[in-house]
Amino acid sequence: MEKRNARQTREIVVPGDILDGTGMKPGENAYVLDGKVRASVMGVRNVFQNTVGVIPLKGCYMPTSGDTVIGVIVDIGPSNWLVDIGAPYPAPLHVNEVPWKVEFGDTSRYLGMGNAVLLKVLSVDESKKIQVTMKDSGLRKIEGGRLVKISHSKVSRVIDKSGSMISMLKNMTDCRITVGQNGMIWVDGDDENADVAVLAIKMIEEKAQARDLTEKIKEFIESKLPQSEEYDDDEGEE
Amino acid sequence: MSNEIMSEIKRDHIMNLLADGKRQDGRGITDVREIKVETNCIESADGSARVKLGKTEVIAGVKIIPGTPFGDTPNIGVLTTGAELIPMAHPTFESGPPGEDAIELARVVDRGIRESGMVDVEKLCIVPGEEVWMCFVDIYALDYDGNLFDAANLAAVCALKSAIIPAEQYGKGENTPLPVTCTPISVTEVKVGNTLIVDPDYDEEQISSARPTVTTDDVGNFRAMQKGGRGSITLDELSLCLDRAVEIGAESRKIIG
Amino acid sequence: MSGHTDMVLVDENGMRIDGRTEEQHRPIKIEAGVLSNADGSAYVEIGKNKVLAAVYGPRECHPRHLQNPTKAIVQCKYNMQAFSVSDRKRPGPDRRSIEISKIISEALERVVLTELYPRASIDVYIEILQANAGTRCAGLTAASVALADAGIPMRDIVPAIAAGKADGHVLLDLNKEEDNYGQADVPIAIMPSTDEIVLLQMDGNMTREEFDHAIELAVNACHEVHDLQVDALKRRYSKPAQEGSE
Repeated sequence: MEKRNARQTREIVVPGDILDGTGMKPGENAYVLDGKVRASVMGVRNVFQNTVGVIPLKGCYMPTSGDTVIGVIVDIGPSNWLVDIGAPYPAPLHVNEVPWKVEFGDTSRYLGMGNAVLLKVLSVDESKKIQVTMKDSGLRKIEGGRLVKISHSKVSRVIDKSGSMISMLKNMTDCRITVGQNGMIWVDGDDENADVAVLAIKMIEEKAQARDLTEKIKEFIESKLPQSEEYDDDEGEE
Repeated sequence: MSNEIMSEIKRDHIMNLLADGKRQDGRGITDVREIKVETNCIESADGSARVKLGKTEVIAGVKIIPGTPFGDTPNIGVLTTGAELIPMAHPTFESGPPGEDAIELARVVDRGIRESGMVDVEKLCIVPGEEVWMCFVDIYALDYDGNLFDAANLAAVCALKSAIIPAEQYGKGENTPLPVTCTPISVTEVKVGNTLIVDPDYDEEQISSARPTVTTDDVGNFRAMQKGGRGSITLDELSLCLDRAVEIGAESRKIIG
Repeated sequence: MSGHTDMVLVDENGMRIDGRTEEQHRPIKIEAGVLSNADGSAYVEIGKNKVLAAVYGPRECHPRHLQNPTKAIVQCKYNMQAFSVSDRKRPGPDRRSIEISKIISEALERVVLTELYPRASIDVYIEILQANAGTRCAGLTAASVALADAGIPMRDIVPAIAAGKADGHVLLDLNKEEDNYGQADVPIAIMPSTDEIVLLQMDGNMTREEFDHAIELAVNACHEVHDLQVDALKRRYSKPAQEGSE
C-alpha cells in the first residue's frame, strides 16, 4: 500500500507562474503560452503522469453533475425553489425533483426559506445553468445539527485518502457528518462532541497544507474528548 | 443592516447556545470582542484611526478646514460626521450614495460626539462671525461582522482624539491639538429571543429583533441613545442596557486610553 | 501637469526631492489576504499611497442587464476616501474615479478567464486610504493580488506603475510634487509573461524618445512590482505551513 505521492514538495504557484517548459501537457488550472505551461490559479503545483496543473487553494465552487451538495433555500417560486449551494448562481430545484407530490403554488409547505437540503447536481449546461435533484437515496431536507462552511477546495482534505480522515472524525466524535462537495458540512451529535467536530473540521481547512494532518487532528480531538473506547482505524464506513 | 438568508440550522444553533448563556465564538452575554486601535494611520488626514472590533473593521479620518460659520452660531465651529457602508466590507453592501443604514449609523455616532460636547466647538472660532474651523469626520466600514455602531463610534472618537488643527497650513497660527473634553463611548446590544447580548456579531444581528445603543460620557451620564431594529424592549430591559452601557463603556474607555 | 513651481524637482546630479534617482520607484509594501469577508483582498503601499483592494465573486451579476451569457464581467469600483487627499474629497464617484474604474476593469478583464463563469460578475473594490500620486497604479496592483488571493482563474498577475517627466528628466513613479509640477505622466500596466500593455494613459508633453524611455523604465519596474506581488501571495501560504510544522 506504500504508494509514493507523485508530487515531491508542496510548491505554491500563482497565476502566470511557469509550471513546465520541457513539453509536459497542461492539466487542470493551467494553460500553454509559447510552449510553456503556466498556472492560471493560485495553488499547489501538481504533476500527474505527463501533465502538470494546479490544485487551487481557494476559489468559488463550480458544480459538476453528480456532486452531492448541501444548500440553503433562498427563494421560493410556485413550482420551484432557489437553492444557494455556494456557486456563483443559485440552483433551481424543481417540484418534479423532490420526493413529494407538490401542487402548483404549494411549494412553501414542503421547504421554507432557510431550510437546509442535501441534494445532488443533476446537470450543468454550457452556460453553467444548474439543475439539482432531491430524488436519490439519502437526499433530504436536513434538520438539527450544525452546518459548517469551508472552502470547497479543502473538501478532499476533510475526506482524505479513501475517507480516512472523515471516518476518523466520525468515530472519534461519535457524530453524524455529511460532507457536501461544495464545502458545506453537516455535523450532528451530542453538543460537546459536535463542538469538537466543528473545530476539527475548521482546523483541517486552516492547516490543509500541514504534514501529518491526520495525526494532528487525532491529537486535537483526543485532547478535547478523552476517548472511552479504543479508536478503530479500519472502520471504513462512509 | 443587510439581508441574507440564514440557514434555519444556524439560527437554531445560536438560539440554543443563548438559552445556556453561550455564544458561537465562546463569549459570554456581556463580553465585548477584542478592540484594536491604530491611530494616525493616515497622514493626509488631520486625525485618523483604524479600529478592529473582533472581525469588524472600521476606518475614520478627520479633516479640519477653515470655513464660514452658520448664521445662528457665528462663533462656533462646525462638526459633521458621515459614514459609508462600502461594498468592500460585506457582500450585501452596495455602492452608491449612503442609504438609510449608513445615515442612521453616522447620525448615532454624531449624536454621541456632539451631545457629549467631546469637541469644544467654541474653541474652533477663528474670526467671530466670519471664519471657524470645520471638522469633518468620515467613517468607512472595511469589514463587517456586526456592531458597526460601536466600531464606528470608537474609530471616530479615537480619530478626533488624535486630531491636530492644521493652522499653519492655512496661515492661521500654530498647529494645536483639536480641543477634546471627554470620551463618549457607545454600547450596542441586540435582543435575540428574550436575551440582550452585548457587541453582537453579524449572525446575531441577523436574528435579532431590537438593537439598543446607549452612549455615555466619562462620568457615566447618558449622552445619546437609539433603539434600532423592528423589535421592542421592555423598561426592565432598557434599565439593564443603561447599567451595562455605563459599566462596559468605562472598560472600553480604559482600553482606548 | 499644469502647475508651475520654482522648486527644483531633479538636481544637477539627477537626484529627486525624495532622494531617489530617475530610475527608482518609491518603497513598495504588499500584503495579501487582509480582510475577512471579501473572497480575496490586498493592501498596497507605494510611497505615501495607501490602498486596499477587495474582490467578491464570481457571483450573480447585478444589475441583471449587464450579464453576459458567455462570460463573466469584471466590475471595478475605485473610490477615494474623503480624508485621502489634502483637501477633503466629497464622498461619492466623480468623473475621474468613474474613468479610472472603467480602465482598471478593462485591464483586469484581459487577464481573468472570464469565459469560465458565464453570466457572473467579479467585483473589485479599490479604496484609496491615502493618496500621493500614482493611486490608479497602486490600486490596480492591489486589485490583481486580491483577484489571485480570491482564487480567480487568470492568465497573469498585473503590475502597474507610472513613468513621467519633470524638469525635463524622464522619471519613474512620479511623486506628488513631480506629478503636480512635472511635464508628463504615463501610468501603465502589463502582463508580465508577454509584456503586453493592459493599461495605458498619458498626459503632458513628451518627445518620441522621451516616451520610449519612459515606457522602458515603467515596463522594467512593472517586473519588480510583479515580483513583490508574487512574494506577497506566496508569503500568505508559507505562514500556515510553518505553524503546521510546530
